[in-house]
Formats: sequence, structure tokens, C-alpha cells
Amino acid sequence: MKKSIIGGIAAAAVMATSAFAEEVRVYNWSDYIDESLLEKFRTETGIDLIYDVFDSNEVLETKMLAGGSGYDVVVPSGTFLQRQITAGAFQKLDMAKLPNNGNLWDVIEDRLKKYDPENEYAINYMWGTTGIGVNVNKVKEVLGDDAPVDSLALVFDPANMEKLATCGVHFLDAPAEMIPAALAYLGENPDAQDVETIEKAEPVLTAIAPYVQKFHSSEYINALANGDICVAFGWSGDILQARDRAAEADNGVEIAYNAPSEGALMWFDNMAIPVDAPNPDAAHKFINFILDAQNMAAASNYVYYANGNKASQEFLEEDVIGDPAIYPNETTLEKLYTTSPYGPKVQRTVTRMWTKIKSGT
Amino acid sequence: MRRFALIAVPYVWLLALFLVPFIIVFKISLSDLALAIPPYTPTMRDGIGDMFAAFDFENFVFLTEDDLYWKAYLSSLRIALISTFMTLLVGYPIAYGMAKAPDEWRATLMMLVILPFWTSFLIRVYAWMGILSNEGLLNQFLLWLGLINEPLVILNTNMAVYIGIIYTYLPFMILPIYAALDRLDESLNEAAEDLGCSRMQAFWLVTIPLSKNGIIAGSFLVFIPALGEFVIPSLLGGSGTLMIGKILWEEFFNNRDWPVASAVAVVLLLILVIPIVLFQRNQQKQAEAEQ
Repeated sequence: MKKSIIGGIAAAAVMATSAFAEEVRVYNWSDYIDESLLEKFRTETGIDLIYDVFDSNEVLETKMLAGGSGYDVVVPSGTFLQRQITAGAFQKLDMAKLPNNGNLWDVIEDRLKKYDPENEYAINYMWGTTGIGVNVNKVKEVLGDDAPVDSLALVFDPANMEKLATCGVHFLDAPAEMIPAALAYLGENPDAQDVETIEKAEPVLTAIAPYVQKFHSSEYINALANGDICVAFGWSGDILQARDRAAEADNGVEIAYNAPSEGALMWFDNMAIPVDAPNPDAAHKFINFILDAQNMAAASNYVYYANGNKASQEFLEEDVIGDPAIYPNETTLEKLYTTSPYGPKVQRTVTRMWTKIKSGT
Repeated sequence: MRRFALIAVPYVWLLALFLVPFIIVFKISLSDLALAIPPYTPTMRDGIGDMFAAFDFENFVFLTEDDLYWKAYLSSLRIALISTFMTLLVGYPIAYGMAKAPDEWRATLMMLVILPFWTSFLIRVYAWMGILSNEGLLNQFLLWLGLINEPLVILNTNMAVYIGIIYTYLPFMILPIYAALDRLDESLNEAAEDLGCSRMQAFWLVTIPLSKNGIIAGSFLVFIPALGEFVIPSLLGGSGTLMIGKILWEEFFNNRDWPVASAVAVVLLLILVIPIVLFQRNQQKQAEAEQ
């Protein structure tokens, strides 16, 4: 009897270890996947998937640089990816374990080389632009029918912002995206790396900061959808999600997204495996699962972001692949710019400037 | 032996939970920024001797060169002081009411004060966002009453931060004051009135001085955490809310500058040590007085 109990415990222990052995921890942006895909991954592979979310690259980067994050797959954006590769935070991908990588879209892979020159550390998950979301009716009410909704002047011209402040404006709390946008408004190079040029953005932003209700990188989705604010400078898909939520709620709020005609930032979020990932094998399985054309299409159909997966395009719904706000046409694509990571000295100037802009000190 | 243990236990406690973390933070504040894991240099890997040789106070000097930091410290102090005072104004009458309430009510009243703690702090602060927003409950209610025509902008201002701090820390103010008032001998008030004091005078001359220790304890319990508060200003505050907790976050996350972030934390701790020592003194005096 005793023996069988011990035997039972041993068997249970073995089962427990085998049940817990396959576990993969994924750290992705918030509101960035169709949750049913997570369930599908669990059933298909039998791997236990733990899915956590963040809303700023800075939080992810701090975890990566501290080391021992415990995550197997993380999704940094381009400039952050580049810096973290330099810091030695990621391991090279084992392409043999990613049979679906033939699905990738060469156009995006080429652009990604700016950050990962050999395409060996990261696989593009999604990409998008940073632009302007508006509550169509409220903005018309405040600025009239010819409001410049597709121009940076909407948010960088104090005369417009003074009026918009009455219905609420949110900006991304991301200096690495807002400062290039201000530079683009001035006609300067948005990817400027010298402090002198970067500082030209300060007066532009300082002049409109008092009219910005909040600098935050995720609250604007709900705020736009609920009608709490009328303008958000944010990420394309997030604003399109707000548009969708408002439509579902049927609350009379109509949201539209525009990539500014002066040029918009094109950014890339990419899956990478931390150098100290507990289970790199399962990490590859997860990335390969996402690389599947139908899975990737399901994710894009859900979150309204374009992806770097050519094969997925035939499974995309018409309101995704056919929407120029998501898949821009050739002319817009030419106007999109990318940025490079700031060095530590410039970064400090940028952060300091940002604090000054936001708080006045 | 027993005496030794009695002294040793609190010191081991202090050493493990305060001194060791402090030394780690202090050590990082003496190092330099690097693009590596961890993101500073030197580390133990460079050898103890070289590590000490590379230490300097550069980051502390840097804090004095930019007026952002002292402005943030001052602004935090101001917000913490004002909200402590407001909490006292709200908390004292509640504690007083509880102490004067009939015995059979007290347990229930106590429950009501403590009950909110059963919900996560974060959720309660989020609830305030729902209450204070432009389309939120408060504005809807005031519009419905016809008191206002335009929604009041409260969320994302310092006002919302004050409300958040007062709400969150109110029980820390009520409980010590209640404890002090509860022990108050009612006959002292009666004596004061017999000797010609009005009700109001008796309250100011007898009740307030005798509940002084509760007021002091409650004020410190609110002031100290409010000074370094991060969650409330970042969720309820606006872009103009300057608090040292947010600066610390920016140094750590946006600049990836752990050394400067650590220096900010060390200075914050030094600022906090003064009220903590005062609090300790007061507690000691009180204990001695009771003996």
C-alpha cells in the first residue's frame, strides 16, 4: 500500500514535470493579438502559453537590459531592437526551426535590415505608422468642415490646438516618435541625430503642450472610442481599433485615421528571443506558429495592423488589405520615414526636452 | 543571551530589508551608464578593486546642475504636504465621529474604513478615472443637477492627484487619530466645561492637544508614502504634475540611466529620513510618557 502511494506520488511528479516542462512566456504589446490565437496555439502544440503585455518600449527594454526577464519571446520596435541587439540581449534565431519563414514579405525584411542588418535576430510581427486619429464630428464642430485632419498642422499649429483643447487631445508619451513628427512638420530631417536639429522641435512642442490633455501611449484607444477626446496622435492600428470599438458600441462616435501628408513615421514591431530565454525551443515554435499565413492574417484582421507576411495577404479581409490607412499605397509608402536609435547623450537631451515640454520645467 | 537576541533581531531586520538594498542602490549611483546587461559599469565582474577605483559622485553633481530635479523634489513636497493636510481635515471628523459613536456601531464603522482595502489599490485608482473623467460619473451628475454647463476638467490635473492621495491614504489618517481619541477620558471635557469652557473651546483646548500624537502619527503615515507616490500621479495626474516618482521612472525607463535614477532615489531617501527620524522621536517620547 505504502509502496503504491510512493509510486503514485512519483508518477504524479513525473506527469507534473512533463506537463510543466513545455512552457513558453510571451511578452507583447497590449491590444495586439486575437486572443483566440493563443488558445489555438495551446491546443495545437500542447505547450502552456503565458502571455503578458506592455505598452511602452522603455518598459520592455529595461527588463531586457536587467536580464533574467523569464520571457521566451518579446516584441521590441525597430530602434529598440537595434540597441538591444548591440547590448547582447538577444540570441540568433535558428531558421531551421522556423519552416514558415518563407512566408515573409521581402519589402518589409529589407526595411528591417536598418535595425537587424542580417535579419538574423528578429522576425517582423506587425508594422504601422504613427499619425492622427480624429473624432470626425467633434473636430468639424470645433474647426469647421475644412479642418486639416490629414496634416501635422492639425496638432502642431497652436491656433488649431487651442480650439481642439476644448474637446480633448492626447499625444503618445513617446519622445522618439513625437520629436521626429515635430521635425517633419518643420520640414527638417525627422531622423536627425544631432542635438542642434533636435532642439528645433522644442518650441513647436512647447507651444502646443498646454493644449494636450494627456501624454499616454495606450489610454487614447478607449478615450477616443468613448468620445472623451477628439484627437489622438497615436499608432495607426490603435486608432483603427478605437474606430471599431466605437462602431460596435454604436455610440455615435466616428473615428478616422490619417497618416500625415508631410510624412509619417513607419515603425516595425519584431519578435525576438532573449539571450537568456528559459525555453528557446518553444519560443521558435511560437514564432513559427505566428508565421503561419492564416494565423498571421487572423491577427491582422483583428488588430488592424499590417504585417510582414506576404503569404498572409490572401487571407486578409478586404477592410484590412484594402484600407490605405493600414496597407498604404505606393505614394504614401514613399513618404513614410524611419528613425534610428539615439546615442546615450542625445537620448538624455531628448528625454530632458520631453519632460520640459510636458511639465514646463 | 536573550537580551542579545532582543537587540539583534531588529538590527538583522534593518540590515536585510533596508541597509542591503540601500547599499546596492548607492553602489549603482556611483557607476556610469553602459549599453550592456546590466546597463551600467563597473560591475563586480570587473574585480572589486577596479570597481571601487571607478566609482565617483558625478551623478550627484549632475542632479545639482539641472533645475528639474530640485523642482521635482519641491513639487513632490508641496503635493505631499497639501494632501496630508487635506487628509487630516477629512480624516479627523471621521475619526472623531467614530470615537463618539455608540459602542455597538464602532465595529461596523471600523469595517467601513478598512473595507476598501479588500479591493486592489490599482482598481480603486482606476475607478477614480471613471468618476472624474469628462464623461465620468461626477460630471454627468453635476450636469444633471444643472450646477455646471460644461464638464469640469478634473482628471489629469493636480486636483485629481490630491483626490487620489486623500482617498487612498485616508484610513492611515483615521486609524491613529481614532486610537488616540478612543483613549480620551471624557471626564476631562466635562471638567473643562465645568470650568467655563464652551463646547468649542473644550474641543480646541482639550481634545485636540490630547489627540496630538494620533494626528502626528497619521500625518507621517500619509506624508511619507505620498512624497514618493508614482501610481496616483501617473494615472490621475496630467502632464503638468511634476513628482519625483515620475522623474525616477523617466531616468530608469526612458533614459535607461540606472546610475542617475539611483542617485535620485538616494537623495529622495535622504529627504525622507528627516521626517522618519522625527516620527521615530515622537513615537519614543510617547512611549516614555506612557511608562
